[in-house]
Amino acid sequence: MDNKFVIAVLVSNISGVLSRVSGMFTRRGFNIDSLTVGETESSGFSRITISFHGDEDIKERILQQLKKLHDVKEVEVLNTNETVIRELLLIKVRNKSESRQDIMTAVEIFRSKIVDYSPTALICELTGETSKIDAFIELLKPCGIMEMCRTGIVAVERGENCLKTVK
Amino acid sequence: MMISGAKIVVETLIEQGCDTVFGYPGGQVINLFDELYLASDRVKHILTAHEQGAAHAADGYARATGKVGVVIATSGPGATNLVTGIATAFLDSVPLVAITGNVPCSLIGRDSFQEVDIVGVTMPITKHNFIVKDIEELADTLRMAFKIAKSGRPGPVLVDIPKDIQIAKCEYEPKTQPVIPAPIVYAPENKLRQAAQMIDASERPYIYFGGGVIAGKASEALIALADRIDAPMGCSLMGLSAVPSDHPRFLGMQGMHGHYASSMAEDEADLVIALGARFSDRATGNKKRFAQNFKIIHIDIDGAELSKNIPAELAVQGDIRDAIERLCAMVSERKLPEWEARVDGLRLEEMERTKNALQHSYEKNCESCSAPCDKSDIPASDRLDPYGVIDAVSEHAPEDAIIVTDVGQHQMWAAQRYPFRKPRTFLTSGGLGTMGFGMGAAIGASAATGKRTVLFTGDGSFGMNLTELATAVTQGTPLVIVILNNGVLGMVRQWQTLFFNKHYSNTTLHRKTDFVKVAEAFGAKGLRCSDMKELETALTAAFADSGTTVIDCIIDCDEFVLPMLPPGGSIDNIITEIK
Repeated sequence: MDNKFVIAVLVSNISGVLSRVSGMFTRRGFNIDSLTVGETESSGFSRITISFHGDEDIKERILQQLKKLHDVKEVEVLNTNETVIRELLLIKVRNKSESRQDIMTAVEIFRSKIVDYSPTALICELTGETSKIDAFIELLKPCGIMEMCRTGIVAVERGENCLKTVK
Repeated sequence: MMISGAKIVVETLIEQGCDTVFGYPGGQVINLFDELYLASDRVKHILTAHEQGAAHAADGYARATGKVGVVIATSGPGATNLVTGIATAFLDSVPLVAITGNVPCSLIGRDSFQEVDIVGVTMPITKHNFIVKDIEELADTLRMAFKIAKSGRPGPVLVDIPKDIQIAKCEYEPKTQPVIPAPIVYAPENKLRQAAQMIDASERPYIYFGGGVIAGKASEALIALADRIDAPMGCSLMGLSAVPSDHPRFLGMQGMHGHYASSMAEDEADLVIALGARFSDRATGNKKRFAQNFKIIHIDIDGAELSKNIPAELAVQGDIRDAIERLCAMVSERKLPEWEARVDGLRLEEMERTKNALQHSYEKNCESCSAPCDKSDIPASDRLDPYGVIDAVSEHAPEDAIIVTDVGQHQMWAAQRYPFRKPRTFLTSGGLGTMGFGMGAAIGASAATGKRTVLFTGDGSFGMNLTELATAVTQGTPLVIVILNNGVLGMVRQWQTLFFNKHYSNTTLHRKTDFVKVAEAFGAKGLRCSDMKELETALTAAFADSGTTVIDCIIDCDEFVLPMLPPGGSIDNIITEIK
């Protein structure tokens, strides 16, 4: 059965580590839905958030293969019910008088922000879970999407649960 | 003391217990070779004819001893020539440290002369790899490379060292001891208890073991467990030599070209205990059919192997020797006379069903090949057949000889037939199936142990890296090379015969190569045999000689490796005879 998984991977913050992680997915035939990487509270480590779909067996194989990579220090499957998951969207749409009100309404309801405004185009910024971002994009489609860019998800578990940091 | 990067490399190698390295010089490792020259009384460098040969030699050195093999090559083509050797070591879990030179840091990324991103190239075929861009990190990086190579499931590690790092100087503090591998992983107690319960409850247990038993030095523990639970054993290609071939519980290699009895016993078992093995497609045949009749306990040091290919009822990660020893203390001692009788029956069936395996081909005319295999004038009892050659070699070879193979039919015949006696005496490219592996591996194994080495090869495989004869002769390697020469690429030809309507596309060699003259040209001895009498004479001469001898054995082009599970097939489709 296909499930969606979000995993957090703590890796050494050194050159080539992203190639090693993404390369493992490619050569073993695992698909990535989204991958984000950034620094952590300790400068020696980066945190990669990967979302993918597959069955339990695929998930286990991905975890085991990740753990074998020398630069990977910690891997954890996040419990999506107990996790704050966010994605950032920047979307540029046509600024036309006939659609402007629709855009404004959507921006207000989705708690988006207009971060750039020109006579012909405007850029909206939106943070939220993937489904919210998807819905917002759907809504803006008729208004004429000029370009868009989304970060892929970052995720942190609620409460005391933390990804162990290796000191 | 302040010393150059090149000297740090050599000092670190010596510090890590390395006595022999294999390699080939070039523009970006001249500094390193200069230091090897100065340290030649402390570490021996063996120059091969080609970097691939050096990589296989380091691999052979490691397989024969369990120590980390070291290979050195220059940047660009030198580095890429290592790739097949590194991949071979990776697929068979062989500890290897490959050191490559690279262009100076300032020239990296500019497609400089002989520049290649070897770290990028070897990422999927190493346990880990490094490029050293800071001289201060050089010694510790090399130490870490050794540590990774020999920790847990062993494997190759590559360290790429740009030329300016070899030239730069920094403070070096020698370590008094080689790095210690990461602490072993102990199998969880509750899982072993569960395993013991499953074993106690089973009526027909079967042990399937692999190369992990050799790497983990678990041969004795394995035999003790088999004795205690009264189970027959079979193995993967990589498991061969872990237990003596004539051990009464040992049924031989299983799988595609495995013994009938081991494959059948496994299929009739109610519990398969997989130890240090990975259920390769060659060992299982069709995965859907494979595990229909039995449950699986899978114990391996590498958690990623558990349930990767075949799901196991119980998967246990842990050091194999420790796990087997503890398991052995938990299981009840048992006698399973019914199962034993059935297994004995399978052995008899095997003898009956495979007795004609090698006799069919003399009965018919060979129409389609150029091999000099017309044997009509040789009496049947004197004709060379593959098993006959292997038997004769085993009678002449010393007990502790190291047997090396290339890849193809000769490899399978040797795997099926040769009487192995001690772990690490059978070196073969199992996972990658690298034709051309044998020459380098044999040279490396012999350099490491000083023992008599035998290479079984085919005319196809031998043709791939025979230039390493030059190395063997220079080194005075005590090596007997037995070519099972059938004039064809026999393994592919076998498939073409069975599954491609005898379209012998590019497998008939039509070569005029005279291997006896080739041997002589390289300074080795060369002998040709067409019948058993000539073979006896040749083997006597070869094993009396302290150097390298090539024995060219002319065999029939239509000998088959049997039994055979057809590709994608299973034990139900086992072919034991070609009609």
